Amino acid sequence: MFLISNEEDAVHAVEMRQITKQFGDVTANDCVDFQLKNGEIHALLGENGAGKTTLMRILFGLYQEDRGEVMVDGQQVRIGSPKDAIGLGIGMVTQHFALVPPFSVAENVVMGYRESLSLDMKALEAEVAASAGKFGIEIDPAAIVRHLSVGQKQRVEILKALFREARVLILDEPTAVLIPQEVDALFEILRNLREEGISIIFISHKLNEAMAISDRVTVLRDGRAISTIDTSSTNPTELAKMMVGRETFGVTRQGETVADQPTLQVENLCADDERDLQALSDVSLIVNAGEILGIAGVGGNGQTELAETLCGTRTPTSGSIRVRAQEMSGASPSEMTAAGVGRIPEDRHAGIVGELSVAENMVLEHLGRFTSRGVLDKKSIRNYAQKLIDQFQIKARPTDMARTLSGGNLQKLLLARVLAHQPHVIIAPQPTRGLDVGATEYVHNQLLEQRARGAAVLLISEDLDEIMALSDRIAVMYEGEIVGVLPVQDADIERLGLMMSGVLKKFNNAITQV
Amino acid sequence: MPLPKFRLEKTGAPLWFRGLIPVITLALTFILTSGLIIWGKANPFEAYYYFLIDPLSGRVSFLEVLVKSTPLILTGIAVTVAFVSGYYNIGAEGQLYAGALAAAWLGTVLGGVSTPVAIPLMVIGGFVAGMAWALIPALLRVYLNVDEVVTTLLTNSIILFIISAILNGPWRDPQSGWPQSPEIAESTRLPQLVERSRLHFGLVIALIAVAVVWFILTRTSFGLKLRAVGLGKEGARFAGIHVERTMLIAALISGGIAGIAGYVEVAGIQYHLIGELSPGYGYTGIIIATMGGLNALGVGASALFFGLVETGAQTVSRALGVPVYLGEVTQATMLLVILGMFLLQRYRIRRV
Repeated sequence: MFLISNEEDAVHAVEMRQITKQFGDVTANDCVDFQLKNGEIHALLGENGAGKTTLMRILFGLYQEDRGEVMVDGQQVRIGSPKDAIGLGIGMVTQHFALVPPFSVAENVVMGYRESLSLDMKALEAEVAASAGKFGIEIDPAAIVRHLSVGQKQRVEILKALFREARVLILDEPTAVLIPQEVDALFEILRNLREEGISIIFISHKLNEAMAISDRVTVLRDGRAISTIDTSSTNPTELAKMMVGRETFGVTRQGETVADQPTLQVENLCADDERDLQALSDVSLIVNAGEILGIAGVGGNGQTELAETLCGTRTPTSGSIRVRAQEMSGASPSEMTAAGVGRIPEDRHAGIVGELSVAENMVLEHLGRFTSRGVLDKKSIRNYAQKLIDQFQIKARPTDMARTLSGGNLQKLLLARVLAHQPHVIIAPQPTRGLDVGATEYVHNQLLEQRARGAAVLLISEDLDEIMALSDRIAVMYEGEIVGVLPVQDADIERLGLMMSGVLKKFNNAITQV
Repeated sequence: MPLPKFRLEKTGAPLWFRGLIPVITLALTFILTSGLIIWGKANPFEAYYYFLIDPLSGRVSFLEVLVKSTPLILTGIAVTVAFVSGYYNIGAEGQLYAGALAAAWLGTVLGGVSTPVAIPLMVIGGFVAGMAWALIPALLRVYLNVDEVVTTLLTNSIILFIISAILNGPWRDPQSGWPQSPEIAESTRLPQLVERSRLHFGLVIALIAVAVVWFILTRTSFGLKLRAVGLGKEGARFAGIHVERTMLIAALISGGIAGIAGYVEVAGIQYHLIGELSPGYGYTGIIIATMGGLNALGVGASALFFGLVETGAQTVSRALGVPVYLGEVTQATMLLVILGMFLLQRYRIRRV
């Protein structure tokens, strides 16, 4: 490729040397070296928690490094704030867009950058359009941001950075919010930008994406830079090894289930979201005993509302939920628990009370069992907590404040609280989000154990690999509907991607059209 | 040479520092207020002696500290119960007056019963009245999500006007014409605890309230639910706790205990209802609850300390001729220092 310079001593667009950053006792970055060449797309690859985002937040001035130095265009610089970073021509696009929804694209792009008493919107729109055209970004400058799709909003964010004359663009997991087809469009834009001489850092934990888009890859693991390598001279297997540091990972399902005992039956379930807009429309599902039903879909298509409704924290507007033939629609969280529904919260931190102890959090769902005449049996609570801590290998003491636990240990606490009661149904929305490899594997194994025990598991995940590895059957959600259910044997990424994008509403249609 | 860089870290402060916190608090308060004392033409060291030590050295003044503490313990505990559940009851003052109103009425109609019977009846009366006055803001908060800080604060003014109307209307003292209710019957008054002092049985009631609330908050499942709701509504709701119901009950108990404070002041000190029954006990209760760290025992201790400071303020002003308001200034300064200390307690300062 013409863009990769062979001169080793060429001036780098960005060079980070021996960057070290600690948060309390956790070392997020440990003597990391990172070099970005001019005009390359450089993938920063690593598992969740490997330190990718921390390193880039340091480069963008959101964090200050404890030790190490940063050079931009060969000059040593101190980046104290995002303002400094933008001044140095560095732009960052995060997963959480900082856009004002009622404003137009052009207004969002110039906001906070061009300041004058009177704004000539027409001229600005033309200017934004010209900038977009130059970088090959298709967007209508007059469009209102609220009406844009996620992919289009992301383009606005990229344009915002470019309009501020960014020469280095950091993209933090840009594909996490996109459907497969939108990913292709994004990659097209990134290639255009490279031709215009923009250097791009592409943060990801997805191997295939790093392989597809990058010129070079730097792999981070546990806060250390493991290796930087030309993409053309490596392969996904090698990268995977570098990321996880071991030969094999993942889990396997064993045995097929006898799918004739419907434990959880959902029929025509409808529910509204916070803004009273319909979030679930006529969702019907069956999860059998000893089966994992995976719910795939791009985030924000009703998965959260489905989990909340099944957990009893959201009231359905119509439809039925039956747990072992017992009607539970509209039941309270405690009634759901009593009926044998094990509920794992989607947001770990919202599912516990951080300022209460580990032991108190463990018994919170089943206080009646640890109370006689209203008085808590502190000794049995402590013993119970210690038992669960041992059984689920939680690194904590019963008296520790729950908020002091790491994400993985917090998830173990929540699993312990639920699984200790051998629930008939388990609702697991995004159970491994933000967990490291070890904790993810632990959660997967726990879910498979529950499946083997005969529980009906509803696994909601945006991670298709996770869905494909664990599920017996896969249902795809799009805009609050189940657009299709298929056995895992018939599922492949492309077909699921099409269903997730809403192009194909029914699996039957999928067969005829693919 | 570059200056050394310091950094705040959000971890617990070292243990030795926590032990020093009361000392630092007192020292800082002293430094901040001594300017005012000097301005008032007094020696700050002498002033603090009269403030904090002299009241404890004499029998009469020591008992007076306890008398002053009695309503403060009750309002402090009342506020604690609400705050623990995350319900910010600023209305203890009004609920206190509601309890006082009930006690003034019961004291005139229960003339025939003996004291041991009258006490529990009037405790219940005060509790129910305080609870009733707390009900409307609590319902508004729980069912319509109306900010309780605003409503409880406003209901304080409402009941003061109601009481003023009653005292200037139907209950105006027939003999003197003063706006005060008729005296309550002898048997409904709280008995003295110590001869020739104002110390009355109300202190025992207050201490019982501390013990009961301490037990509820630390030893019962209801207490755990209260704390869970106050510390993390989302988590509590997810675990199946009825957040609204729990908060409503906490608000009502809080109002009830504040109502008992009103009863205790009527039946132990004044023997009739007056418009100036409370010099802001309900509001001071908020400071006391905060200073006591929302721990019933800590709240009891901090109420005793505030009783001391209030008594001491009068001693200082008598002995040195400085205004009584100095006591209030000191209280307020101390609260600000304590709040700052709470913040510091959660951080470490590291050199980088």
